Parts: sequence; structure tokens; C-alpha cells
Amino acid sequence: MSGNAISIDGVAVAFEPGQTIMQAAEAAGVYIPHLCHHPEFAPHGSCKLCTVKVNGRNGASCTVGAQPGMVVENNTAELNDGRRALTQMLFVEGNHFCPFCERSGNCQLQAVAYFLNMTSPHFEHFYPPREVDASHPEVLLDRNRCILCELCVRASREVDGKNVFGIAGRGIQARLVVNSHSGRLGDTGLAATDKAVQVCPVGAIIRKGTAFRVPVGKRLYDQAPISEVGTHVTGQGHGKT
Amino acid sequence: MAKLRVATTSLAGCFGCHMSFLDIDERLFSLVEAVEFDRSPLTDIKRCGPCDIGIVEGGVCNAENVHVLREFRRNCRILVAIGACAINGGVPAMRNNIDLWDCFQEVYQYEGGTEGRVVPNDPELPLPFDKVHPIYEVVKVDYFLPGCPPPADAIWRLLTDLAAGREPRLDYTMLHYD
Repeated sequence: MSGNAISIDGVAVAFEPGQTIMQAAEAAGVYIPHLCHHPEFAPHGSCKLCTVKVNGRNGASCTVGAQPGMVVENNTAELNDGRRALTQMLFVEGNHFCPFCERSGNCQLQAVAYFLNMTSPHFEHFYPPREVDASHPEVLLDRNRCILCELCVRASREVDGKNVFGIAGRGIQARLVVNSHSGRLGDTGLAATDKAVQVCPVGAIIRKGTAFRVPVGKRLYDQAPISEVGTHVTGQGHGKT
Repeated sequence: MAKLRVATTSLAGCFGCHMSFLDIDERLFSLVEAVEFDRSPLTDIKRCGPCDIGIVEGGVCNAENVHVLREFRRNCRILVAIGACAINGGVPAMRNNIDLWDCFQEVYQYEGGTEGRVVPNDPELPLPFDKVHPIYEVVKVDYFLPGCPPPADAIWRLLTDLAAGREPRLDYTMLHYD
């Protein structure tokens, strides 16, 4: 291997200087499971699903810069076992009930779980009490399904310029909060067309009145895995953007 | 070859998984050639005897569910959790963050339709739990088949794989949580 290239599972992948392993993989069409990463935003490195082995050591591929000659392991049984355990923990930490979630079939958490062949959440459920905020006329906020990826926080701050969302509390107390005097979404300047509404990878931020335009069974991840159809669903269940 | 003995039950479920099971349609004829049913809503046998495969739909929401589940675990060589409720509590678990007494009042006291508007308190009624739990939080479960309900093809695949002594393997479209 020569020049600006790394090896991912034995396949040479070219990269531009400054790219992360994740960015190089995406450009080459190589799927690395992830949830908090989004190509339009700076790396966050919090969900750890994109953990790969880099020259024998674990690292989050969304934060590790590609270097010439790096040997990266990605789609291995060991790494996918770890990713499945992380995904199972995300499921039991929240209240993720796919049968009655509007995002089912377009949900990236669900899609990653399908990809990893997760048949049960394995761990004991927390069933944490989480609040639903339906005060906004066009947008529903259901914290039961929030995985704290902070994509809405980043999008609202960096793209929408509104700073509507934030994370408060630590550890198991961490929760998505709304920046308004009442703490309610209806009292913010959030618009249904905001980037913050579109980037939610799960069913936590839902645009009202649109959720069932595409029926369950005909959605993005119903027929093909996320590794083939990609991750960038608009927030509204219209399919791939 | 001796027939496989299979038991099925619905705990805190809606029998939708059993309905999906019946959706294997004409394959039921092949199934009864290979399988004999023990305790099941299909046979109305009340107690589970020694079985090869136990199929459990629904989560655990009261004391009776636990008794039945433990009876299945004691008697079944392979225990299968089938459907969303058995795997994460499902729709019944929507009450998990509502106070149980508030639920009872809403159902029996505030709304009309129940005689005398009293909460039933017969000693024969099983004790409800404050939360609904998936069955794997109570007993060891060998295989899981998600879905609400799982498609008939997935149920057929699981049963035929297990009957043949194979590790069950689902196609991508057979594995879904909704």
C-alpha cells in the first residue's frame, strides 16, 4: 500500500489528508455502524458504535484521523459483538417500543440492531420515567426514545442558529432539555423545517402529521440493511435523502 | 421418528403471535406430521408436561404469568420468546411509568361500564406487578423471535430449524421489531 491509503478489513481505502477513518470509509462506500456521527457535523465520539481496531488497538473511527498504512479491522465478529452489546444497552436505558413508534422502519437505532442481528435487548430494562413534550404545534419531543447523540443539539446550535436543545444532568440522569423559559418546545423558536428536527436518528423528535405517510413495512430499513441503504433519512420518514 | 412435543402459551400478550403462527396456513398440515402439541391454547391442555420446545408469547405482568413461565421453563428443553411483549414488555409495558393504582382507577372507577365502579379484588385474581417485564428477566430463554407479531414465515423458519436440530437463522426481512 502506498500514498494516502488505509486498509479496512484487508481492502485498500484511499483518504484525503485530514479525513477521519469514518470519513474515508464513507467516501469509499464501506459501512461502519454508527449513531452519533453525521457527515455534516463535527465528530462527537460518544456512542462508540463505530469502534474499530486500528493497528490492533480500539478507537472510535469517527474521531481517529486516517494515517498512511493504518490497518483497520471493522466488520469482525469480535467488534460486532461489542457493538451489539452497546446497542442492547441503548435499548434498555430508554423506552424503545418499536411496534408503536412512528419512526419504526426509518430508525437508525433499530436499523443498527437489525444489522447486528440483535434478537433481544439481553440486559434488564430500566424503564426510566421520561417526559413527552407535545407543546409544539408541529413537532413532538418524546424523550423515551432519545439516545443522547446530541445531533439535534449540534444542528440547532450550528445550522439553525437557535440553540433550542441541550443535555442536562450526568450519567443515568442525563436528559435532553429545551432552552425556553418554560422548558417546553412550544415556547421556543423551533420550526418544523429546522435541521434539528431532521437529524434525529431515532423517534425522539418527530414532525407531527407526517409520521405514517409511508406505511410500516415499506420504510427504508424494512427490506434492506442500513449497510446498503445508508443512514441519512430525513427526520420525517420519507426515505433516503 | 418420534414427534416433537411443543407447548405454547400467551402471558401478557394479545394472542397476535399465536394468530401469526396459524398464518403458516397449509404448512400446518406438515407441522402436525412432525409435532404434537402439549399445553397450548390450541389443545386447551391446562398443565405443561415434558416438551422439546416451549413457545411463550407475551411479557410478565402478574404472579400467574410467573407460575406459567416457570412451568414452561421446567418442562421445555428449548424455550423460545416470541414477539415484542415477551422480549421487551411491548404494548402492556406502556403502563410501566404509570402508577398501578392510577391505572386501576382509570379503568374501573372513572369510566362507566363496570358494575359498582369497584376495582376487582377476588382472591382468585392473580396479583398484578407494578411493571411488566420481558420473560428473559425471569427465566433463561434459549431463542428470541422479535416482531409484533413475527411474520408467519419467520415462525415457520424457527420451528423447522429447531426441529432439524439447526441453529435458527432468520433472513433480513424476517427480523423486525414492529
